[in-house]
Amino acid sequence: MNHHSVLRTMTKLLMPPIMLFALYVQFHGDYGPGGGFQAGVIFAVAFILFALIFGPVRARRVAPAWVTTPLTAIGVLLYAGVGVVSLLLGGEFLNYDVLAHDPHHGQHLGILLVELGVGITVWAVMVSIFMAFVERGAAAHADGILDGTPDGTPDDREDGHA
Amino acid sequence: MMLSQTLPALQVVLPLVAAPLCLFLRPPKLAWLFAMAVGTATLATAIALIIQVQHTGPIHYEMGGWAAPWGIEYVIDPLDSLILGLVSGIAWLVLVYAGPSVEAEIHRDQIPAFYVLFLLCLTGLLGMVATGDVFNLFVFLEVSSLSTYALVAMGRDPRALTSAYRYLILGSLGATFYVIGIGLLYMMTGTLNMEDLARRIPEVADTRTVAVAIAFLAVGLALKLALFPLHKWLPGAYTHAPSAVTAFLAATATKVAIYVLVRIFFTVLGPIDAFQTLPAAISETQVVAVLAMLAMLSGSAVAVFQTNVKRLLAYSSIAQVGTMMLGISMVSVTGMTAGLVHMVNHALIKGTLFMALGAVALRVGSVRLEHLDGIGYRMPVTFAAFLVGAFSLIGVPMTAGFISKFILVRGALEDGHWLMAAAVVVSSLLAIVYVWRILEVAYMRSPPATAPRVREAPLVMLAPLWLLALGNLYFGLDTTYSVGLAQDAADYILTYMPGEGPPGEHPGLGPGARPAVPSSGGAH
Repeated sequence: MNHHSVLRTMTKLLMPPIMLFALYVQFHGDYGPGGGFQAGVIFAVAFILFALIFGPVRARRVAPAWVTTPLTAIGVLLYAGVGVVSLLLGGEFLNYDVLAHDPHHGQHLGILLVELGVGITVWAVMVSIFMAFVERGAAAHADGILDGTPDGTPDDREDGHA
Repeated sequence: MMLSQTLPALQVVLPLVAAPLCLFLRPPKLAWLFAMAVGTATLATAIALIIQVQHTGPIHYEMGGWAAPWGIEYVIDPLDSLILGLVSGIAWLVLVYAGPSVEAEIHRDQIPAFYVLFLLCLTGLLGMVATGDVFNLFVFLEVSSLSTYALVAMGRDPRALTSAYRYLILGSLGATFYVIGIGLLYMMTGTLNMEDLARRIPEVADTRTVAVAIAFLAVGLALKLALFPLHKWLPGAYTHAPSAVTAFLAATATKVAIYVLVRIFFTVLGPIDAFQTLPAAISETQVVAVLAMLAMLSGSAVAVFQTNVKRLLAYSSIAQVGTMMLGISMVSVTGMTAGLVHMVNHALIKGTLFMALGAVALRVGSVRLEHLDGIGYRMPVTFAAFLVGAFSLIGVPMTAGFISKFILVRGALEDGHWLMAAAVVVSSLLAIVYVWRILEVAYMRSPPATAPRVREAPLVMLAPLWLLALGNLYFGLDTTYSVGLAQDAADYILTYMPGEGPPGEHPGLGPGARPAVPSSGGAH
């Protein structure tokens, strides 16, 4: 992809608005259409686009496995954790009323945290699934299985001069 | 809230919270011990629920504080508590057993992920049973199914991948059919709460939409529970999955799917007799009964010709699913009791058999008949447990398997279903044939001179194996808990009537404002 300057430039231009829009969908989700699932997918789209244009090696540098894999679990834990806290505070599981001094604030805080948990997990899972496929393809390339070229992938060479 | 009031939520939340935590426990032993501790707590919760339900009747729990039918409600009635006890009991035993078996069969890096998936699968199965909401049930169905596909794919044989893929496709088809079915019901009644659905369904019983919904639900659930001829995913999945997964799946997954069928057709659609009015296949005999009999005969017949013992027992499972469905399809208290008791007993039987095979796989490395010459002398303790399970599978008196077949035949004769009674007997005779093939190899042949000496399986595997094997004997002699609980559940299910329900259509509308169907779809 080194010589496709239009694609490379457009990707760089598009990534911030995509991420910003994801954050909007995430944190405006309790008022308008949207929520954690959609936001997580949109946020992941930014990374997937980046990986498509700049290759998996550089994508893994911004979203390494040691970040994405634990985050898949942390999002679920945040979701379930809100439920457990509400249980401990004397309400039903996921009853947000008890989370703050009055039910309105409680409901607001609860849905925000729960949706954040959903968003984190969905983002991490989307990126993990995509990278799992891409990296398998890259490994096959490196082994010369797919195209018969035994040495490194193009991704290795383009590092450093974006 | 008191702890006892939160039990229905805890039952599902405990494994749900524990599952992602397992991912952070990298040492395999640590992940195993943690999962085992969670399994113990889950079992304790289930036992507390059984006791509570026996004392106070059905328990209702409003998730998030939203009142039913608007919010999601968890309901534990006698049938639920029986299945919750069964699933969490088997899960606990399998988790104890899993340690050495999983370390031998699964790559070290994947072991934490294995326990994550196992606990997620447990969450899904328990959630399906505990929930009182048909859509929430679908969500848990997917939670358990998706984790099961991944668990099956973890088998060390490359064929595990194709088996998991086939299971994925057929399982997703079943789940999709189920969700289409409840979508159509929602269209007509505007509610997803089980009790509320049961209350409203009679008003729209004669519409074509409901008829189509029933068809989708029947086919979708038949796929999930592997009723002949929709069973093709089962043999591969059971054969190639890791041993601990096979033991868990064979003992619980199809049972929970049968539970869902009973729940949907006898309580949610109970008031309109949806099950009784499924089309008749042969004269008076209803289609499910005919398929059940075909499953019993064909499953057993195919099992006779298998050389891989795991696959042999998988086909036997198809036959046993037929046995359970046959009992349920009689729609009498005795028949339903037989079906439910056989769910418990078959879980004990197949749990024992697959656990014993897992121990053999650990020490011998294969479960093909040609490698098992004289295994009864090479691993006497393990195979003695297998022998108990095998006798129970045939239905030898004083074993659990005998009790369920006895009640089943009694139920068939009570209503004059001679053909069904004959099918049970024939399928038992076929069971003798395929069990004999294993026992002949194991006990009548001497081990080959070149065979390396093998040790017995480690104690943590033998202990749960023998607990299950002794369970087979115990429930063959004392039926207070198995038949007693099943009879309570059968009585409850067959006489189920939805309660009065809340007075208004919506909290804002006040009492009495419930227009007749179907324009009242605005409850959600």
